[in-house]
Amino acid sequence: MKWVLVTIIVLATSAGEVLQALGMRHHGEIHDFRPGALGRVLSALAQSWHIMGSIGAMAVSFFAFMSLISIADLSFAVPATAGSYILETILAKYLLKEHIGWKRWSGTLLVACGVVLLAIE
Amino acid sequence: MTSPLKKLQLKTRIFTAIVVLTNVLGNSFLSRGMQGVGELLSLSPLPYIRALFNPWVAVGVSLLIVWLLSHMALLSWADLSYVLPVTSIAYVLVALVGRFLLHEHVSLTRWLGVTLIMAGVTLVGHTVPRTTGAHKPGTSV
Repeated sequence: MKWVLVTIIVLATSAGEVLQALGMRHHGEIHDFRPGALGRVLSALAQSWHIMGSIGAMAVSFFAFMSLISIADLSFAVPATAGSYILETILAKYLLKEHIGWKRWSGTLLVACGVVLLAIE
Repeated sequence: MTSPLKKLQLKTRIFTAIVVLTNVLGNSFLSRGMQGVGELLSLSPLPYIRALFNPWVAVGVSLLIVWLLSHMALLSWADLSYVLPVTSIAYVLVALVGRFLLHEHVSLTRWLGVTLIMAGVTLVGHTVPRTTGAHKPGTSV
């Protein structure tokens, strides 16, 4: 059951964050942080299917994570879901067309290895 | 007189800090609250809604809403492949809080993990936050 939840979390988190990045890119950079302007940003985002899909996927991931930490330790749950780092970086390259040079790739791999080491007691 | 790139980097640092702090605090409150809720494995929404009435869970969820919104703002100008590794400094913060505030034992393996994450974050932190067409610094700032 633990690993079923981990798989759901990795897939839902990756889908959610990639959709969120797509939606925010379509929206464009947020410059104005006054409350009125932020209200307009929120209502524009509420009409974006990327953002709504992203929130749906992240809700699935969130409830699966809540279930996971109710049956397993946080020290298992956090690193087990680090697989999403690799999947998301691959998706960022091919779907979002980001330029990932050697610094980003090696940095991301170091982070993923570090997260796994953190879990070992 | 700051260049658009400097401004972008400053804005990125500030939002990274907000994303990291709300994530660490939100998850800590949530985890503390879930210990009082017990096992939660259900397809029905009712047990989850009941869990929200636990004050620790409620504060945790509120912080995670701030986390979601600041993460979205950050992604409006920065690459996902930048945001993802850089915000993982949160794990380092969790280990440091555990060691210095909660006086937990942190093993050598864990310190090695902390070191690898910090090296990774430093490497990625030295790249330009956005690399895609419409996002190039100077064109849309």
